[in-house]
Amino acid sequence: MKRALFLIVLIATSLQAQVSNDRLLKSNQEPQNWLTYSGHYNAQRYSALSQITPENVKNLEQQWIFQARSLEKFEATPLVVDGIMYTVQAPNDVVALDAATGRIFWTYSWTPESAARPCCGRVNRGVAVLGDTLFMATIDARLIAIDARNGRPLWNIQIAPPEKGYAMTLAPLVMKDKVIVGTAGGEYGIRGFIAAYDVKTGKEAWKFYTIPGPGEPGHETWPADSNAWEHGGASVWVTGSYDPDLNLTYWGIGNPGPDWNGDPRPGDNLYSCSVVALDVDTGKLKWYYQFSPHDEFDYDSTQVPVLADIQWQGSPRKVMLWANRNGFFYVLDRATGQFLLGKPFVEVNWASGFDAKGRPQRVPGMTPNNQGTLILPGNQGGTNWYNPSFSPRTGLFYIPTWANYSSLYVKQEQEFVEGRTYGGGGPRNTVPQGIRTTVNNFAKEDEGYGAIRALDPHTGEMKWQFKMTDVTDAGILTTASNLLFSGGREGYFYALDARDGKLLWRANVGGRVISGPMTFSLNGRQYVAIAAGNSLFTFALRQ
Amino acid sequence: MWPVRVCTLMFILVAGAGTVLAQHEFTPADIEAGRQQYANTCQRCHGPDGDLIKDADIGHGKFRRGSTDDDLARIIRNGIEGTPMAETNISAPNALTIVAYLRSMATAAGTIASGDAARGKTIFEGKGGCTSCHRVLGNGSRVGPDLSQIGGARRTLELQRSLVDPDAEIVPANRTLKVVTRDGATVTGRLLNQDSFTLQLLDSREQLRSFSKSNLREFSFVANSTMPSYKDKLSSQELADVVSYLASLKGL
Repeated sequence: MKRALFLIVLIATSLQAQVSNDRLLKSNQEPQNWLTYSGHYNAQRYSALSQITPENVKNLEQQWIFQARSLEKFEATPLVVDGIMYTVQAPNDVVALDAATGRIFWTYSWTPESAARPCCGRVNRGVAVLGDTLFMATIDARLIAIDARNGRPLWNIQIAPPEKGYAMTLAPLVMKDKVIVGTAGGEYGIRGFIAAYDVKTGKEAWKFYTIPGPGEPGHETWPADSNAWEHGGASVWVTGSYDPDLNLTYWGIGNPGPDWNGDPRPGDNLYSCSVVALDVDTGKLKWYYQFSPHDEFDYDSTQVPVLADIQWQGSPRKVMLWANRNGFFYVLDRATGQFLLGKPFVEVNWASGFDAKGRPQRVPGMTPNNQGTLILPGNQGGTNWYNPSFSPRTGLFYIPTWANYSSLYVKQEQEFVEGRTYGGGGPRNTVPQGIRTTVNNFAKEDEGYGAIRALDPHTGEMKWQFKMTDVTDAGILTTASNLLFSGGREGYFYALDARDGKLLWRANVGGRVISGPMTFSLNGRQYVAIAAGNSLFTFALRQ
Repeated sequence: MWPVRVCTLMFILVAGAGTVLAQHEFTPADIEAGRQQYANTCQRCHGPDGDLIKDADIGHGKFRRGSTDDDLARIIRNGIEGTPMAETNISAPNALTIVAYLRSMATAAGTIASGDAARGKTIFEGKGGCTSCHRVLGNGSRVGPDLSQIGGARRTLELQRSLVDPDAEIVPANRTLKVVTRDGATVTGRLLNQDSFTLQLLDSREQLRSFSKSNLREFSFVANSTMPSYKDKLSSQELADVVSYLASLKGL
């Protein structure tokens, strides 16, 4: 009997199949796994798993903890492939874990060059997988392919010079035979790009500059009499999404540089603060929509583009749902880029509305100056990179929100020096002592608060909100059983009823949640996992 | 090279400090930003009044080296070789905000009467009744802020203002919270921490307390400082003595 069991286990292990392109395309049909950064190409962060329900979620209990040997922020969303979890210990160690126990199978450590200078932490948001190969983007702007079985590197390419401020913190996205990444560095005067590399060799397949060069459409949105476009930022640091039927991949683009002083760069500064729709095979631009033309508030549009098929004014429509750092919620037609809806989801004072084409109407005087201009939302935005979620079951779009939050924007002159920060001023917090961190004895609701806000995507109306005392950097997961999981800076991991926002369960995870929750299933048990502080926690129902 | 924002040359005469050249017109926002930068970077060695280093009373415009804004900003960034003043990673614009703050300190200095710290201690512990709320090196109540290191953290000007006009600026962490429990009991204290579900405070009986927000009828900050004004309670000489005593408190 024991021998038979051993054989079965052996067979089960040998059945670990490669992650084919077909599996990636249909990843929502195998909800026991989590195969891309956002769980599926549509980036809804919605899982069909339903063992954990609003009724039994109170019986969740901790299963295992992986304590990272790193004091950096733990921002990675893990992948789970047939019982093996892959995550990144910051800055750039890939770890393969037994998803049942948290024990380490192997670790691959990459030591980034000392020239690496990511603006906002030596962080990483996870890996991509295809076949038996994992892909990691590094803070010294390398892309590394790693054997998923033994952690050995297969190829390792430099995609941009870190000494010039280029860095990568995002999880790559694999589509077809290409692995696609973009570069951070919007505070260092880089010229951003999105590029595709052959999964087998690392050879560059195409490169899309997020600032068009001379002669290319959009170049005229930069000043003709200077080289501002060569160091205008427009970084990419959050993973995009993909519509296989349209053969388009969507990516959010970061702020123009210098961040807070628009004087050296008169014009709209395409494609900063935009979403671009690129042909996966060629990298050619199919359409774009610019959320914040000539941004001066650091309103990166580096949110995850969420793709949904919904009824729109009586007929089915392929849309993109987007809660932007600039405080507006958008619905776009993802085949054409047509602007369908724009509505504030937080307090906004820099724009009063939109023209017919969806261009925001700036409020006069609302621009950084030498004294400091009070702008809502503040520099971290109404939301930021932390992933939202769309539940096709409730039909609601869920946003990690900074409500009633402002900054004083100050403009300063600054010369561009290669590899140095190029901000041109900066935000000052209007909350005393700056953004709250570990102790929270000076926060008041009128100084802003964190929340999960649930929007009806058809109207942008808020259906409910779950308020937190502190702000949040946590992403959101929804499930087919009407559960919503998230966290926040206070160090709680919690479950809400996705229908009405009622708190159903919470656990103290003892550190800030600066990552998105995910779920997987193993041996008939559903798990939810969340990184908090310097550790990764997993929970499942008590047996 | 720092691009000069305002080219007008301004000549400011600072009492006892000679002629100081200021090439930049500083805004209140610059000064406030500089104050924060100074507290984070400079205060540990130079002190809150900028007068702790011999022959370099930078809070009163007395600099050993350099006199122009740009000179000073350069020194802040590059440090001074052969001295404990090390190179910093402060950006050029931020270094200039520190200069803005130093200039503002110098213009506001000199308005404090000199006091006697020993007499101030006597008043603090006796007539002033300060220890009924405040604690210094283990003596006194914990209800108000512990003042053992206050001289290393606050300018004498700020100490004086707190004594005569306690409501002028209440440091957010020192606000008093009033809590009413479900059964009607009222508790006041200093809020030490909170999250969405709980509150932690030090109550008026010096007890560390934890409350579940769901068990509270209400909780809110008390609008004014619980500290009385000493404007009419102490003479100006007594006030100066207490300020001198507080300024002398530098911790263990």
